[in-house]
Amino acid sequence: MKVVVAMSGGVDSSVVAGLMAREGHEVIGVTLQLYDHGAAVGRKGACCAGQDISDAKRVADRLGIAHYVIDSETRFKQSVMAAFADSYADGQTPVPCIACNQHLKFGDLLDMAKDLGADALATGHYVRRLDGPNGAEMHKAVDETRDQSWFLFATTQAQLEFCRFPLGGYASKAQVREIAAEMGLAVAEKADSQDICFVPTGSYDKIVEKFRPDALSEGEVVAEDGRVLGTHQGIARYTIGQAKRLPDKAAHMVVKAIEPGTRRIIVGPRGSQSRIVKLRDVNWLTAPGALRASVKLRARDSLHPASICPDGSGAVLELDEPAIAAPGQAAVFYEGSRILGGGFIAA
Amino acid sequence: MIYLDANATEPLRPQARAAALAAMETGGNPASVHQAGRAARKILEEARERVASFCAARPADVIFCAGATEANALALHALGHDRPILIGATEHDAIRAAAPHAEIIPVQPDGQVDLAALKSLLVAHPGALVCLMAANNETGVLHDIAAAATLCAEAGALLHVDAVQAIGRCNQDWLALGAASLALSGHKFGGPPGAGALVVRENLEIRALIKGGGQELGRRGGTPALPAIAGLAAALGAPYDAAQIAGWRDEIEQAALAAGAVAIGAGAPRLPNTICLALPGVRAETQLIGLDMAGICVSAGSACSSGKVTASHVLLAMGQGDLAGQAIRVSLPWNADVEMVRAFQAAYEPMARRALRKTVQSA
Repeated sequence: MKVVVAMSGGVDSSVVAGLMAREGHEVIGVTLQLYDHGAAVGRKGACCAGQDISDAKRVADRLGIAHYVIDSETRFKQSVMAAFADSYADGQTPVPCIACNQHLKFGDLLDMAKDLGADALATGHYVRRLDGPNGAEMHKAVDETRDQSWFLFATTQAQLEFCRFPLGGYASKAQVREIAAEMGLAVAEKADSQDICFVPTGSYDKIVEKFRPDALSEGEVVAEDGRVLGTHQGIARYTIGQAKRLPDKAAHMVVKAIEPGTRRIIVGPRGSQSRIVKLRDVNWLTAPGALRASVKLRARDSLHPASICPDGSGAVLELDEPAIAAPGQAAVFYEGSRILGGGFIAA
Repeated sequence: MIYLDANATEPLRPQARAAALAAMETGGNPASVHQAGRAARKILEEARERVASFCAARPADVIFCAGATEANALALHALGHDRPILIGATEHDAIRAAAPHAEIIPVQPDGQVDLAALKSLLVAHPGALVCLMAANNETGVLHDIAAAATLCAEAGALLHVDAVQAIGRCNQDWLALGAASLALSGHKFGGPPGAGALVVRENLEIRALIKGGGQELGRRGGTPALPAIAGLAAALGAPYDAAQIAGWRDEIEQAALAAGAVAIGAGAPRLPNTICLALPGVRAETQLIGLDMAGICVSAGSACSSGKVTASHVLLAMGQGDLAGQAIRVSLPWNADVEMVRAFQAAYEPMARRALRKTVQSA
């Protein structure tokens, strides 16, 4: 089989490349250059590529496989970074990793793999692709602490058929690191990547400021009855359910709504949560239809039993128990370990 | 493996290999006063004489250095420090990065320098240093150096010629035409990598960029890379069948055009070995990887040290827009043969067909 492996330069995707090569496949390593590393870390004259690309190349050399770097900067800027800032400016709480998986890894890169006549695209994601009676099924990783299925719900059935996720079956990351060491890969001990790769300092304000400065301008914090309780320094700093960064008069309250037009943050007492959640852009990994499932509303969230009813390209969730649902985040439907689909929480 | 990336580096010439090996075995440092030094110096000075005679210059006006990036930087440093600098829009990064504040001389859509624009820039910037490449590395398009040199002479400007891709393939007496200096690089015409030269007009003073021990008459410090220099000199003037290579280039071009490609710069005078082929709507990387998987080595745009391929500034300057990110360069080596040509055609056609089918579907 001819397999394109998406190589980030980290230990996970390096091991995937190694496993594929070990199984005797023709492996083509590809690293997407997503942003100018030198500019991101603010060092003039630093290489645009940074350490990760050079690590990926070293791994490919070690494994004796072909490796290419694809310039995806323009696409990443539009589809991920600008969309991230726009979402905040719209009072929502985006998940850039989902956009990146959707548009770059399983969009552009998968298309390129097909253009090259490859039979599959393999990535280092912790999720399982199992063959079911009606085609490929997506299942949670065996190691649930590493499971990335929530970030992959937007993978379409056709994309899933073409993908391979060899790490989803491993019991732990430690095991993956052991394989890396056994293969003699220099990245075996490399630290895990951060949450949002293009925000190296962990503060996303600068990105929002660059694309949408309006989302960081001052506004009012208002109670549900209309009383002004104080001011805030930009709606981009808030998400539904948040208790931090609220003025003293709103102590013990949480954000209930964000109004981009008036730049107002509406706060109220904790507890009063919603039971009906509208979803947009739903992706089905089973036959679309009304169903019961367990729904995850944030990356690190427990499961909420719910009834799901398709509604055009979206869906309506009826949660058995009320929960916090922040617009822009994903609601992913699970049945046991299997992912049945998911959508974005609508504003 | 079919190697069609001669503009990145030409395969080593046997004459160059023999000369480099002999120099390596001789050893010695040309700066030493003893007999080992004399033996090394003999190799160095004979190489210098050969380069000088090839370029119609005096041996004293040949300055050996590490390659053309250094030779170009030395020219800009030595000749441009007190002059306004004008560079062609399609120059190599060796020039562009060494002259970040230079005025840009536009090129015509066919890639040749816009002489009318050069003329007005020379009026606006009296006493300038003008940098133009003899042949472009991506398209093979030749600038009219004779005409540019005449304009420079009339305006009292100096002309530096980056002759890297032209030497060995399309030689001219650039100094006689009026160039003040020219840069060359051994591995671009079959020498080993690691040696190049700046050749200058008589009586032109060159201030060192690297001073060191005062080698090269104080114009370039550092022990010379003798094996590479000996190889460079031996490769100069090696036989090159330009007519045959141009014939194969045309065959490749015809086959690519039939498969849906666009040839860029084909209307201008070109190097015999270089073709720039764009497939509308197909990323250069996809073409490059597809051909590499079929065992064909070509290149695209200018690759950063990471290997990332960016849209070509050369093609953008020629007004090619989106095609600037959809073009590959095929450059035939001096030892090309008909099998290489057939192998390329056999790999290119299905790659183009597969890639173009999708763009037609999505259109």
